[in-house]
Amino acid sequence: MRHTISLLVENEYGMLTRVAGLFSARGYQIDTLNVAPTLEEGVSRMTITTHGNDHVIQQILQQSHKLIKVIEVTDMTASPHVEREMVMLTVNAHQGEQRQEVLSLVEIFRAKVVDVNPDSFILEMTGNAEKVNAFIELLKPIGITDIVRTGPVAMTRVAHVKAQRLKDEDEEFSELTLNEKV
Amino acid sequence: MKMRGARILLESLRCEGVKHIFGYPGGAVLHIYDELVKHAEDLGITHYLVRHEQASLFGAAGYAQATGKTGVALVTSGPGGTNAVTGIANAFMDSLPLVVFTGQVPTHLIGNDAFQEADLTGITRSCTKHNYLVKKVEDLAPTIKEAFHVASTGRPGPVLVDLPKDMTAQEIEFSYPETIEVRSYKPQVHGDPKAVRKAVSAMIRAERPVLYIGGGAHAAGAYEEVKQLAEKLNLPTTCTLMGLGAFPASHPLSLGMLGMHGGYWTNMAVNNCDLLISIGARFDDRVTGKISEFARGAKFIHVDIDASCIGKNVRCDYPVVGDAKTVGQQMLQELEEQLAAGEKIASKAAWHDQIAAWKKQHPFWWKEEGEVIKPQYVIEELHRITKGQAVVSADVGQHQMWTAQLYGFDTPKNWLNSGGLGAMGYGFPAAVGAAVARPNDLCVAVVGDGGFQMVLNELATVKQYNIPVKILLINNGFLGMVRQWQEQFYEHRYSHSNIEVQPDFVKLADSYGVAAFRATKMSEVSHTLEKALNTPGPVLIEMKVAREENVFPIVPAGAALKDMILQ
Repeated sequence: MRHTISLLVENEYGMLTRVAGLFSARGYQIDTLNVAPTLEEGVSRMTITTHGNDHVIQQILQQSHKLIKVIEVTDMTASPHVEREMVMLTVNAHQGEQRQEVLSLVEIFRAKVVDVNPDSFILEMTGNAEKVNAFIELLKPIGITDIVRTGPVAMTRVAHVKAQRLKDEDEEFSELTLNEKV
Repeated sequence: MKMRGARILLESLRCEGVKHIFGYPGGAVLHIYDELVKHAEDLGITHYLVRHEQASLFGAAGYAQATGKTGVALVTSGPGGTNAVTGIANAFMDSLPLVVFTGQVPTHLIGNDAFQEADLTGITRSCTKHNYLVKKVEDLAPTIKEAFHVASTGRPGPVLVDLPKDMTAQEIEFSYPETIEVRSYKPQVHGDPKAVRKAVSAMIRAERPVLYIGGGAHAAGAYEEVKQLAEKLNLPTTCTLMGLGAFPASHPLSLGMLGMHGGYWTNMAVNNCDLLISIGARFDDRVTGKISEFARGAKFIHVDIDASCIGKNVRCDYPVVGDAKTVGQQMLQELEEQLAAGEKIASKAAWHDQIAAWKKQHPFWWKEEGEVIKPQYVIEELHRITKGQAVVSADVGQHQMWTAQLYGFDTPKNWLNSGGLGAMGYGFPAAVGAAVARPNDLCVAVVGDGGFQMVLNELATVKQYNIPVKILLINNGFLGMVRQWQEQFYEHRYSHSNIEVQPDFVKLADSYGVAAFRATKMSEVSHTLEKALNTPGPVLIEMKVAREENVFPIVPAGAALKDMILQ
């Protein structure tokens, strides 16, 4: 099963290799990896998506926690959370119908056009992995010439928000796209 | 007072109470060696010059195993560090507290492929508990403080501090931090009371329990707690290779060692128990054999300070994360409370009878064959002559297993060996470390002719400092354990395990100025051993033993414990 694991780490010399090295030394997979600073200087957040059975995931959590400069390890998958990743794509957008089709997809997916050329756009879109995948699938027939994805970042829903849980726009969306795929 | 980094290092070591360093100089650590020659005496620090960097790590590891204190090694950059890697990996596998100082090229040259440059923090990342590269001289003292803290607390392990040469040259005001706070590192010492209660309740009810003690009991010094738990609950108790000595071998409840070369009765007890109580052990593959067949009918209690060890190899029914000594005390108290509340300890008479029957059925055995020296006899004689009280440091191989089986360790911290990594060459330098740490105790290195030839250059070290290590060389002219596996599992094809071309070890020792003795017949063993052990200073004793003796019992790799081969 796919898990999203969030590590709060001291941003010290070689920290990324300590975590990545642990994964490779013990034969765990890193599917995606994201590192960026937090509000506190010297502390970074790493978001890793990985997969494995419960035993493997348990070991990943424990072994990561054992690293001396890892402050906190959270398996986001275990509790309600929000996940987002960003994708940027260069897509064909020739004058006429094709250009209109791309723009309408941009609107439906709440994406953005960040660069305009006579026969192409650069698009930017954020969402969970499903939404990003759906967006890519729909653009493929039109022609994607370049793509960059960040991999997910994740945040736990705060408890009191959870109670009156606001409907996630992405959930609305995955219903829509799932229907379309069928 | 302002002082250069090299002096700060030595002052910091004094603050940590370090008395002995094992090391080897080189370009990147010249400032440190310069300060050593000037100040070591005032600081109460003695440096032992080994003859290969690996021996500095093994020496420091032996020092740590024999005392429980943190061992310290000092080597230069590049090849000095890479030569030390095996020793670091060994300490990592056996959870030994070490702080290793390596030289590094000056900070402005790092990454330039400078002379004797190696990325030592990179190379050792996966075999240290943690490592540091000091990039500012202000960080030097706090880093050393943190290194000693991390190495010696929690599950102990080696910590490496890489010191660029300019860090040892720059001057700064010295002050050593009194305490250190590492917010990301908080070992859990106390067991969760609820988990302890459940575990103790299972221990009271168990009808066929086995207490299984590992190296963690040594690390925590949980000897009294283990003994009391065993006695109060009447628990048959086995020790792992690393745990030997944590529970006295001569105790009526002792089952000796379990696992690949464990006793038949021990493995049968473990395999048929209804509750396996593990304290500070890690269910290593050499202990469990085929994991799916291991103690199938048993529930497992697993006490370990390293949460990642629990559930790693076997399922665990009663996990307790915590220090073996602290949890042991909690368990004893919980036991008192539950007994006071009217709980009754289950009778184990039938279980003890069953184990005794197994032991009677297949005890350890070896056969006398005229005047050919049997290695097992040498170990038994060593035990008799030293009254089982020597510090014994084994190398890796058959002699290691015979010593583990037959020496009978009653005293903690008297058994040194390379268990996890199985690094040949460990025995002799580790004995040097032990002899330095415990000058009043007899230290014997039991080594094979293969492992000894990897480190025999250390004869110069023991001669130079007159370190009274007694080297008991069990010489069969083979890489014995390799040969045994080739005999048993590769149809006698002895591929590259015959090492009968070798020096005259007596003459060799003599050329180093080390006293040497040799026995070639059974009838010579006792008096040769007695004479040698009573000779002051370093001594080598060569026993020319039967060439193709095997270690029994043996659980073939990957087989279940119950499928052990007895002869």
